[in-house]
Amino acid sequence: MSIDTVELEDAEAALSAPAMLEVKDLVVRYGHGRKAASAPAAVDGVNFTIRPGETVGLVGESGSGKSTIGKAILGLQKVSGGSVSFQGSDITHANSSRRQELGGELRAVFQDPNSSLNPRKTIGASLAEPLRVRGVAAAEARSRAEDMLERVGLPREAVDRYPSQFSGGQRQRISVARALICEPKLVVCDEAVSALDLSTQAQVLNLLADLRDERGLSYLFIAHDISVVQFLAQRVVVLYRGQIMETGPAAAVTESPKHPFTQALVAASPVPRPAEQAERRKLRESLGVRTAAAVAASAGGCPFSQRCPLATDLCTTERPALRSVGQSGVACHYA
Amino acid sequence: MIPSITPTATPRKTALAKFSGHRLLTSPGGLAGAVWLAALVAASLTAPWWLPYKTEDQDFTAVLSGPSAAHWLGADELGRDLLSRIFASAAGTLGTSLITVIVGVGLGTILAMTAAASDRAEGIISRVTEIMMSLPGTVIILAVIGAVGTNIPLIMAILGILISAGIYRVMLGQAKSLQSQLYVDAAKVDGVGTLGISVRHVLPGLMNTVVVQSALIFAVGMLIQAGLAFIGFGPPIPQPSWGGMIQSASQHVYDAPWLMVPSGAVLALTVLSANAIGNALGKSPNAAASHLPSAAIRRKRAADAAAAAAAAPAVENAPAAGQLSVRGLSVGVDGGTPLVTDVTFDVAPGTVLGLVGESGCGKTMTAVSLLGLLPSGVSVTGGQILWNGKNLASATEKDLEGIRGRDIALISQEPMRALDPMFTVGYQLTAAIRRLRKAGKAEARAAALSLLEKVGIVDAQRILKSYPHQISGGMAQRVAIALALSGKPRLLVADEPTTALDVTVQAEILSLLRSLVKDTGMSVVMVTHDLGVVADICDNVAVMYAGQVVEGGRTASILDNPRHPYTLALLAADPHANTAHDMPERLATIKGQVPQPKDWPAGCRFAARCQFAGSACAVPVPLLPSGSEDGEVRCVKADELAVEGLGWLATEVPTHRVLEIVEKDMA
Ligand SMILES: Nc1ncnc2c1ncn2[C@@H]1O[C@H](COP(=O)(O)OP(=O)(O)O)[C@@H](O)[C@H]1O
Ligand code: SF4
Ligand code: SF4
Ligand SMILES: [Mg+2]
Repeated sequence: MSIDTVELEDAEAALSAPAMLEVKDLVVRYGHGRKAASAPAAVDGVNFTIRPGETVGLVGESGSGKSTIGKAILGLQKVSGGSVSFQGSDITHANSSRRQELGGELRAVFQDPNSSLNPRKTIGASLAEPLRVRGVAAAEARSRAEDMLERVGLPREAVDRYPSQFSGGQRQRISVARALICEPKLVVCDEAVSALDLSTQAQVLNLLADLRDERGLSYLFIAHDISVVQFLAQRVVVLYRGQIMETGPAAAVTESPKHPFTQALVAASPVPRPAEQAERRKLRESLGVRTAAAVAASAGGCPFSQRCPLATDLCTTERPALRSVGQSGVACHYA
Repeated sequence: MIPSITPTATPRKTALAKFSGHRLLTSPGGLAGAVWLAALVAASLTAPWWLPYKTEDQDFTAVLSGPSAAHWLGADELGRDLLSRIFASAAGTLGTSLITVIVGVGLGTILAMTAAASDRAEGIISRVTEIMMSLPGTVIILAVIGAVGTNIPLIMAILGILISAGIYRVMLGQAKSLQSQLYVDAAKVDGVGTLGISVRHVLPGLMNTVVVQSALIFAVGMLIQAGLAFIGFGPPIPQPSWGGMIQSASQHVYDAPWLMVPSGAVLALTVLSANAIGNALGKSPNAAASHLPSAAIRRKRAADAAAAAAAAPAVENAPAAGQLSVRGLSVGVDGGTPLVTDVTFDVAPGTVLGLVGESGCGKTMTAVSLLGLLPSGVSVTGGQILWNGKNLASATEKDLEGIRGRDIALISQEPMRALDPMFTVGYQLTAAIRRLRKAGKAEARAAALSLLEKVGIVDAQRILKSYPHQISGGMAQRVAIALALSGKPRLLVADEPTTALDVTVQAEILSLLRSLVKDTGMSVVMVTHDLGVVADICDNVAVMYAGQVVEGGRTASILDNPRHPYTLALLAADPHANTAHDMPERLATIKGQVPQPKDWPAGCRFAARCQFAGSACAVPVPLLPSGSEDGEVRCVKADELAVEGLGWLATEVPTHRVLEIVEKDMA
């Protein structure tokens, strides 16, 4: 039932490269105590793996649980069920000292360039923090911070400045520098370029690609924009209401989506070519996907059933398992 | 490669200097208060060296006397010099108030930081502080006095504990919002523990409030000490203290009323000083120095614009109803920098114009100027906004009020801002309809329902009864559109209406706008930075850069056949322009960033970032016909580039590719 079955088709690669990250049957509910037990799951039985050097894109609408998965991996959100393992060791409930060891290898870049750096600390102090926590001497931390700033295209003197003296794009590069300063293996990027203008977005995407190629990094690249994801990711996981709808190679998922939701998502992403966009619009309208606004929370069955144009009685009663269709895994009774 | 960019501003002073010193020095009251407190403490600590009398020296000739040459402030019932006693005891009295401050603010802050760090702790602490706040403070203090006598330090400490519950309330919200910042998440990922986060990331953000609250609690502490003394619970008699002095003065209110004056005045001054310091520090930095231009400058601007409009030739042909023609529009900060210069475009009824460009290019300023909604301190400095032949740039506020909402409506990027959280959707919508359509209650109610259905809301009845926070972002944007449509506008100005929405919802909103344009003949000015949105809905497009239109014309011709280097660059940087198969290794970028208005060069404003810039670009560049359809372009090399078929170059791919090494390992 997990996507591991799908990955078996890639058996050779899977065997020779042990997973960098493995997420198994992950369930997350918000709240605590009895409230959590009865709350609907924000993440509901999610499985995926990221291999060394691989970028996996996580897409879905807002509220679909993308950020929650990122937080669960980073230990920022309590996990209600399932497991997360990093380089073969289980970190699902790792305590803070274990997290501190991990912190160097498992890093994050967050969305909002305005709030991801402490406005009251110099850039140098923010960059040095992860090193200082690990006992690196102040002078060395500072020189590493300067090197890293240079690597992301900022002047070394930036160490003594404050975040407010930089533009959004520059701040996002500083966040990337902060994530990469302790030579990580896996970086979780949560909407890392969503708040940026086109040209700045391109700069940060290129920077992420350069650093990945230089250092063999793995990324979990979370974004609501499937085109941005397909620039960076080799594989894509499509999420709807906390469940995986479709997963597979980026080209397959974005160019011949199998799941009705993925089809709707791809068709809704506008392209800057007027004639082609008119075609896409017609295609989107012909799909007949119902608006999210009309829908109340679904009980059992397929989470997409109330919006899906193909839904049948079976769809409202039985949750479809993720099964392999072509190169992809698809959770739909009729894919 | 990534271009290197030098940040502009100069480094600032330390955070500490930022939050306190400056504000204190710029507020006369705060400064005076600080000087008084400092003088008091200094005088008190150095008292043994300069005071005319020892505190216990008795001059029986001066018992209960008023001011005299020998005793400047008079003497008390034992003939002791008041001046000496007041100053000698100042430090002690201030010190006991400080106990309340340290205990109250310290405990309150620690509780707030603890609660902010953990939901469970918050539950417990909030319950405990609620109980504390419901306890009768006076009764507890009197009970303590009954049990242990007038031990002032202990009483002040207990007072601090009682006050801490209130401080906790004040700080909790702020601590929680600091705790939820992404940089706190980033620090957690670094492995910084809970305590480290509170001390390093939350406390510095709370410092301002801590300082302000301390000053205010300090004043409260002084007053309570005095009040206790007045009702007879002052400190033990022999040591001098303000409370003690007030206490003994209170016993001579009838026979020697003067006795109350010196200690009372000093106390009052001290309390006022502490309050003044608190107010000075609490003031937001902007509140003091207003950036608003003087009314005179604004009036002159308006008069100039009106004169310019009057001098301009009248519009040639009588315009069609619902025709918008913007001619040479300039917008600027009053008495200073221009923000938008010489913008010209037309919007015919039933068409959609896109204004595109990066943030900071003047799109929003242009858009809101169409409704006369420029922020204060910014105004139209030239050109005309012709709506049905009437120049809105020189229209009075009253004229604009008649047009806003009825003829021209606005929807903004954040739909929630258009909605008042205090009222239901139904109330706001019917109120708008009644005002704009002069409709009756029942009629407005029916119209509200049909508007919501028109914008694609299925369960309109339920939404009408909902408050804004109870609906999703996409739903709120639909409601905002319904609100904008309530006056049956002929022109809709939409500022990034879909930027904050999911693509699936964006597609629905765009479809909705398209059908409204088709069915009602309404026209739309759509501000966006998304070229896909332009391709989807706009008939015409104006590409803006640094306050100018750099390229304009029919959407199809501009997106398929761009002429201006900036348009070329935007398209090359857009990952949506490619599919997974033709996705380039690296996207094209534009080095540097959009210049600030004050830094605009005299020549082509894009020159510093342009791959094709040359010496010919150093002179001002006019907007000229581009030769393709009715397009216009502002670039001296546009023809040359078109002839040679040059495009914006993508960045180089780095040579050393670690990925290849990884692949080798895997083979
Ligand atoms: N702190 C929180 N408390 C309660 N519910 C939350 C919290 N954060 C997110 N959620 C809910 O969890 C679900 C998934 O949210 P999230 O992971 O943020 O989605 P995404 O990142 O895909 O937008 C949503 O229903 C959201 O409302
Ligand atoms: S399982 Fe049914 S409802 Fe769900 S996506 Fe497939 S067809 Fe649609
Ligand atoms: S005028 Fe010169 S600098 Fe400006 S866009 Fe054209 S080529 Fe580039
Ligand atoms: Mg998110």
